[in-house]
Amino acid sequence: MGSTGEGIGRRDLIKRSVALGLISVPTMSFLSACASGGEDTSTKGPDKGAVTKENPFGVAKGGKLDVVVFKGGFGDDYAKAWEAAFDKKWGTTSSHLGTQEIAAKLQPRFNGGNPPDVIDDSGAQQIKIDVLAKGGQLAELTQVLDAPSLDDPSKKVRDMLIPGTVEQGTQGGKFVALYYVYTVFGFWYSGKLFKEKGWAEPKTWDAFLDICTKAKAAGIGGLAHQGKYPYYINVVIMDLIAKKGGLEAMKAIDNLEPNAFEGNPAALAAVEAVYEIVEKDLLMAGTNGLTHTESQTAWNQYKAAFIPSGSWLENEQLKQTPDDFDMKFLPVPTLADSKLPFEAIRAGAGEPFIVPEKAANKPGGLEFLRSMLSREWSTLFAQQANSLTVVKDGVDPNVKLRPGTASAVAAVKTAGTNTFNYLYPDWYSEMDTEIQNASNELMAKRIQPKEWIKRAQAAVDKAAKDPNAKNNHRS
Amino acid sequence: MSQVAQGKGRTGFIAGFLILPLALYLTFVIWPYIQTFGYSFTNWSGQSPTFDFVGLDNYAALMKDEVFRGALWHNLLLLVFVPTVTILLALFFAFMVNAGGRSGAGGVRGVRGSSVYKIVYFFPQVLSLAILAVLFGAVYRSDEGGLLNGFLTKLGLVDPAHPVEWLNQPNLVLWCLLLVVVWHGVGFYLVLFSAAMQSVPKDIYEAALLDGAGRAQTFLKVTLPLLWDSVQTSAVYLGIAAMDMFVLVSTMTSGQFGGGPDHHSEVMATVLMRNFLYFGKSGYACAMGVVMLVLTMILSVVTLRATRRERIEF
Repeated sequence: MGSTGEGIGRRDLIKRSVALGLISVPTMSFLSACASGGEDTSTKGPDKGAVTKENPFGVAKGGKLDVVVFKGGFGDDYAKAWEAAFDKKWGTTSSHLGTQEIAAKLQPRFNGGNPPDVIDDSGAQQIKIDVLAKGGQLAELTQVLDAPSLDDPSKKVRDMLIPGTVEQGTQGGKFVALYYVYTVFGFWYSGKLFKEKGWAEPKTWDAFLDICTKAKAAGIGGLAHQGKYPYYINVVIMDLIAKKGGLEAMKAIDNLEPNAFEGNPAALAAVEAVYEIVEKDLLMAGTNGLTHTESQTAWNQYKAAFIPSGSWLENEQLKQTPDDFDMKFLPVPTLADSKLPFEAIRAGAGEPFIVPEKAANKPGGLEFLRSMLSREWSTLFAQQANSLTVVKDGVDPNVKLRPGTASAVAAVKTAGTNTFNYLYPDWYSEMDTEIQNASNELMAKRIQPKEWIKRAQAAVDKAAKDPNAKNNHRS
Repeated sequence: MSQVAQGKGRTGFIAGFLILPLALYLTFVIWPYIQTFGYSFTNWSGQSPTFDFVGLDNYAALMKDEVFRGALWHNLLLLVFVPTVTILLALFFAFMVNAGGRSGAGGVRGVRGSSVYKIVYFFPQVLSLAILAVLFGAVYRSDEGGLLNGFLTKLGLVDPAHPVEWLNQPNLVLWCLLLVVVWHGVGFYLVLFSAAMQSVPKDIYEAALLDGAGRAQTFLKVTLPLLWDSVQTSAVYLGIAAMDMFVLVSTMTSGQFGGGPDHHSEVMATVLMRNFLYFGKSGYACAMGVVMLVLTMILSVVTLRATRRERIEF
């Protein structure tokens, strides 16, 4: 069973589609789509209008636009608002599909050569971007980056983006996916609770522990965390490491260095700082066994002062949050002698939007993406989905946002270029899982910080032996 | 028409009906097994159509995989406890419902209200495992909002500031899960055993009663031997369920596809799924699948052999 022979590859394809058939017997369209795959079934070429400065891709007026979005934590109201705005401007008729079953709905369409014009390829059932890119299914989006910005025609779209957006969406040297939603990670608290108690935003870890202690004395838990998913407490540990040890400490972990954790004083200090919460009994009662919704809801009921999460939190908790809760974002406070300032935050982008190479209205799709990167559409998104976008200063200051989103916008502004992001969870899921297990044990007081360091380093060393480790390196 | 020709015609007729189901069975059951077996010798990642043949590497790695060995051990523990506890409880309740009542003049009947009990006992079986996981998630919830913790706190047995984190305790989690399976299964096997008991002629019981047999003796000497076929089948079914456990473990415990805390509730199926879908080690996961298949087959054969008894006709 070699990987080179073309005939064998085809046979594997057939074998796998038989296995797939088990799941998708009713979707006979899949099979017929397979049969016609590769051929262009549409006889007429895509509609095209005249290319002008205002219309750099040549969108034809009165055409059709086919949009499919992942309907997850952000809902799909934002996309409907966009489509309405697009139709109004270009006289097009948009068809909209919001779904969680991206792969099931779109695989047959990609195979049949009639994909939609714009896709938000996200969620648990996304079609992997690298797979689509390798198959030549994605339009190169560099032309969108080089088109004039809708807000200021003297500038290019690429100048309006937060740094890192282009790198993240690049596959094999080509920019093919626009990761649109900008996420920041840190602690969250209730402005109302803090005002009532007269607590100030803590900037150092000591001040943070102090508030947790006061909270506990007032009968409230200090820190709540999503114990069933140690992913969240790992955000706190890793952010403390990055802030204390600087970007070098972060890269050492991503690059699987032998001293990433063991023999790294910043790592030990960070883990000991988190363990102090456990030792001083400052956790919300029972938080170690709760799911994310259970612990976040308890926090919304003022049962804890702080909770760690990404900026999707406000939208996720929309229904459970009291009207006067006044949600606020807090960058992870710093330990003594930290190399990064308190304002530095972990930030990254999610929700990849793509335009298929074989889209019937490719100019429309590209124009849609260009519009998404305008301040008007970015503001629409922030209002409808309560989250930030990769557009720099992308939210109109006159628009009233929900308090959590507003405080996250402010934090991003203050942070400026002081942002960082870990890559190991995407690169080495096994190592990530093992570190999460260790953190769960740490929070349950079953292991000590030194043992955590040992286990985390063992996970790093194991990942370093992974053949994939050769391909990943950051500088 | 000769007898032979008629026989041939009938064979063809039957075969005609069997071809389609057989083809479906081969395509959708046997063929995937063969495929899995093939993939278990490769380093297939599950996300790309290319892979290399690696021989027995996956199986060698499996022998050294502590997580998988731990999972296997948990499956074996469940294999002992799930059938034993479920069958014993179901037998006890079934006997009480059918023959445990006050012995009237010559009649054998269940305790008072037994017809109602029979229906009530069956309720858990109606719930799907997914609902069960949510239900017991609320029972085992780790703060005082959980049913168990709330109850124990009210009784003053648990400190509300430090509630028991049932599913986050290494030494409790597996037993908590075992309880859910037993709770779910007892009703069904009770109904199954009841049906078997009712088919036992009443005069056998009457004879036993006349001979002066007590309730325990009636059960051990009369009921159980006559029910042996049902018990045997139940043991195989429950054994297979104990080898699986995927739905409950993956939804109720922490970790990607469950298994937490720190692998203390891991079963083979959760390790398999994590490797297959999350770690991108599908070839390795296929090797686990093959091991599971072999173990389940051995289990069925051993159970059927070990419990073989002489049939009693009545």
